[in-house]
Amino acid sequence: MNSRAGAARQAGTALLWAALLLAPYWLPWVGGYTALGARVLVLGLAAMSLNFLLGFTGVVSFGHAAYFGLGAYGAGLTLKLLAHSTPLALFFGTLAGGIAGALLGALIVHLRGVYFAMVTIAFGQVFYYIAFRWNSLTGGDDGLRGFARQPLHFAGYAIDILNNGHAFYYFVLVCFAVTVGVMALILRSPLGRTMLAIRENERRARFLGIPVERHIWVAFTLSCFFTSLAGALYAMVNNFADPMGLHWSLSGDLVIMAVMGGMRSFWGPLVGAAVFVVVQDFLSSITTNWMSFVGLLIVLVVLFFPRGLLGLAQRRGEA
Amino acid sequence: MNVLEIRNATKRFGSLVALRNVALSVPAGELRAIIGPNGAGKTTLFNLVSGFFAPSAGSVLFAGRDVTALAAHQRVALGMARTFQITEIFPELTVFENVRIAAEVAAGYRLRPRLGRSERAEVCRRVEQTLELAGLAAKAKRLAGELAHGDQRVAEIAMALALKPRLLLLDEPTAGMGEQETQEITRLIRRLRAAGELTIVLIEHDMRVVFHLADRITVLCYGELLAEGTPQEIAANEAVQEAYLGKAA
Ligand SMILES: Nc1ncnc2c1ncn2[C@@H]1O[C@H](COP(=O)(O)OP(=O)(O)OP(=O)(O)O)[C@@H](O)[C@H]1O
Ligand SMILES: [Mg+2]
Repeated sequence: MNSRAGAARQAGTALLWAALLLAPYWLPWVGGYTALGARVLVLGLAAMSLNFLLGFTGVVSFGHAAYFGLGAYGAGLTLKLLAHSTPLALFFGTLAGGIAGALLGALIVHLRGVYFAMVTIAFGQVFYYIAFRWNSLTGGDDGLRGFARQPLHFAGYAIDILNNGHAFYYFVLVCFAVTVGVMALILRSPLGRTMLAIRENERRARFLGIPVERHIWVAFTLSCFFTSLAGALYAMVNNFADPMGLHWSLSGDLVIMAVMGGMRSFWGPLVGAAVFVVVQDFLSSITTNWMSFVGLLIVLVVLFFPRGLLGLAQRRGEA
Repeated sequence: MNVLEIRNATKRFGSLVALRNVALSVPAGELRAIIGPNGAGKTTLFNLVSGFFAPSAGSVLFAGRDVTALAAHQRVALGMARTFQITEIFPELTVFENVRIAAEVAAGYRLRPRLGRSERAEVCRRVEQTLELAGLAAKAKRLAGELAHGDQRVAEIAMALALKPRLLLLDEPTAGMGEQETQEITRLIRRLRAAGELTIVLIEHDMRVVFHLADRITVLCYGELLAEGTPQEIAANEAVQEAYLGKAA
């Protein structure tokens, strides 16, 4: 019964990868530009990472901007103070946010629902204020500047991702592909299925022998690592890390992208991020009130596509 | 040897005493039925045994080991499995996936980010066997939430079985079922017994099912142990007739 839906899904996935691979070539034709593509990839990766927790474990975090921002500052500070190396910046950025997530997660996994969400917001704001106040290190309100992503070196070849926008886009795409590949593998593994079990029915999961708190911690920590990798990449998009990258409003944006695109679908949050980023880019050049239009869009999506933009496609595909 | 032993267990909810000083021993291989009027404390007893909450006083021994302080998942790892009075399944996953999660936990794979080919095949075989035993093989690809009520309850039993338990706790498996479904479940439980060493504790309101299946019966009433014995003894027990059967008749 599932073969036709399966084929449709595979075709959809192939189409998506084709669109991503060719983005630098078709984006200008529709009024876009390559850096916009990189932004969609990075925010899409963050939204998918959040959805690893939200859609596939059933745990709501409203504080994922903290890990995104820590990744961004971690990468920026590495480039600025430690080493002129893009891979090292990604590594330390990811580590900073991931470890913070692991520690925080250990403190809060016994909380549920709105309490969990509230504590995640609160911790996110702590990091925001640190970045905001610690002028000498973080640049405070103005954000962290004075660093730039560095060319990559592979076996004697140098790839100039700093000045060549296409090269940088493909670099981001590779990071994106590897990360979502890891996510997809985990979701299809026994570990991933225990996450689904917790989402579906926590009590049943517990009485099937799953230590629910420990598994939520694992899912939360992985999600934070993925999110902070996205943040580290984000710092490189503009060679800039800004405290708004830590602010809870970004956490909210990530949740919106995931819900709008479809929480129950793997690719939904990427679609949500694309819509969000494009609408923001387009409207913010016309009006400063662009956020109210985004709000309207969300209302429309929730009313007419309760399972998100991709959720509808999937329902149709399954039927 | 006793697979399950409950020593002087008391459970209070505020001022309500749901269980008072209950002692119970179930030897290996026995099918024990627990009966009693609504609110007698039957489900509370299961909750103590399975680690849903701790007793206010007393202790629970599993295969001779004191498990009173262990968490629910640790008791499962020792070989305890339960179903719930109100069906608890994973509604948006298929029947196969529901049972596979249990099988993977039982195999010790729950934290594994990937499985080898032979491990996966082994798990699949185990799931198929369990579904076959439960009579759900034909519905393996259906979403569990879309099954009929009776099939959902069987699916929950199948999940418990996939854990390969030594002790299976069934809380009113026939609740809300029609005549035919009740018979099917009764037959399934009989098959489980025939299959091996499994010890089963069964809470059940349907007296035909109880007298059909039970080796011994424990009667709870207002949180206290009223009587215990073979089905014949219980049927003849005057206190039980008065407190329970009399009312039911
Ligand atoms: N978590 C709880 N908190 C407060 N009271 C509870 C709780 N669980 C059970 N009780 C109370 O304890 C008593 C025993 O309940 P229990 O569910 O064990 O009865 P039961 O024998 O399973 O009844 P039934 O046949 O209706 O399922 C009832 O009065 C119930 O209201
Ligand atoms: Mg009950």
